Amino acid sequence: MSRSSLVFALFSAFTAAASGAFAEASTAPTPARQKELVHLVRQDCGSCHGMTLQGGLGPALLPADLKDKPAEGLTATIYYGRPGTPMPPWKQFMTEAEAAWIVDQLMREFPK
Amino acid sequence: MTSLRTLFAACAALFLAACAGQQLRGTGDLGMVIERASGQVTLVNTSSRQAYARIDGLGDLSHASVVYSRDGRYAFVFGRDGGLSKVDLLEAKIVKRVIQSGNAIGGSISQDGRIVVAQNYTPGGIKAFDAETLELLSEVPAEYAPGKYSKVVGLADSPGNKFVYALFDGGEIWVSDFSNPRAPTTSRYPAGLQPYDGLVTPDGRYFLAGLFGEDGVAILDLWQPEKGARKILENYGRGQEKLPVFKMPHLRGWSVAQGKAYLPAIGRHEVLVVDVATWKEVGRIPVRGQPVFVMARPDGRQVWVNFAFPDNGKMDVIDTLAGKAVRAFEPGKGILHMEFSPRGEHLWLSARDDNKVLIIGTERFDTVGEIAAASPSGIFFTSRAARIGF
Repeated sequence: MSRSSLVFALFSAFTAAASGAFAEASTAPTPARQKELVHLVRQDCGSCHGMTLQGGLGPALLPADLKDKPAEGLTATIYYGRPGTPMPPWKQFMTEAEAAWIVDQLMREFPK
Repeated sequence: MTSLRTLFAACAALFLAACAGQQLRGTGDLGMVIERASGQVTLVNTSSRQAYARIDGLGDLSHASVVYSRDGRYAFVFGRDGGLSKVDLLEAKIVKRVIQSGNAIGGSISQDGRIVVAQNYTPGGIKAFDAETLELLSEVPAEYAPGKYSKVVGLADSPGNKFVYALFDGGEIWVSDFSNPRAPTTSRYPAGLQPYDGLVTPDGRYFLAGLFGEDGVAILDLWQPEKGARKILENYGRGQEKLPVFKMPHLRGWSVAQGKAYLPAIGRHEVLVVDVATWKEVGRIPVRGQPVFVMARPDGRQVWVNFAFPDNGKMDVIDTLAGKAVRAFEPGKGILHMEFSPRGEHLWLSARDDNKVLIIGTERFDTVGEIAAASPSGIFFTSRAARIGF
């Protein structure tokens, strides 16, 4: 296992434990905040993943692409980034619960 | 008799003009603004500084780019969804459109203007089309190891109907010679970790590939490619931890000014300055964010820099004589792209989140005009038609 995938696995394990607690304690972002997050994902995540999320330099993020991936790991990828790849950490722009909300939306069908 | 003939000629000219519904005109002052959210483009005139037409039906334009036919009349628009559209700037309409891949990132046009090449992420590789008909001529899959295909970045034309590009996943620079457009030949050169974009210098001699996976830039001398690619600006980060990069920088031949190349650092809020004669670093200029576009005014006196999220409302202007940023301002929200008027008296900026294009005087930094556009991204003027490496 490479160092970066080990780090990723540790983060995933950590957030798997943490996000269960988050899910119970937190509520969905406010509608205004949801709008900001949708804009962020479409416009700024979109510079690598495509505005329609069909992929670019980064992988596609459509429901079919994500269906076999654990949500906790995806949340960790957004929040902490993915060392060894161009995926940066987004934690200065959102809470972990908001990252989890984004993953949840991505796995259904991401709002326009 | 003479006057009668003149009168007749004048009548004929009037009649023709009436038939065409418009006066004859050139295209040297025209251009295109991509409206990425709505799949539309707005056609603009850099003399009147106004939009003159809007065209829709171009598909997903979220990372669209444009090259021009050498007569400056037709724009080839490469859409994210693999759509390649040929747009007539004079008639303001799409004359041809094909879906050429699943996921495209841009393209380039050959020295002789007859071949348009698209660079693709999925399936990874390049495809060559007849510029007249958009008929597929040939393709070069970016299979860098058996069964492994790379995303292609940095495609640029170079003299001799050759195209140079880099393989993000494969870590190589490839040169494909389209002397025979239906049977290109390709040479491969190891470059470095994760090339993210590339450029051909304005003289067509060097290809530079910016590296994301390591500190440095790979350079290939296209006059002596047998010497292979080598690295410059190695270890420019000096082992310091990189800042996160929220958007990949873009490279193109516009980075070269006054004998120096101005290149975005990766994970550092700096513009790196390299002497083009020696390819040695001769300076670095602090700026206010992760640079995305580092673009020289055509005369090379100024270099304008925009930034990745979250600093994408800022712009810095470097004075190449002073060797530092002399102007820092916030012209709008979500500054995605910029383009100089052909001789550089104005800069056009797309302010995505303000839904407008701003036109700024480059001497006094005054806003001289603006154009409404829905989520504007790329701005492309026909002056690109005559440039090597576009």
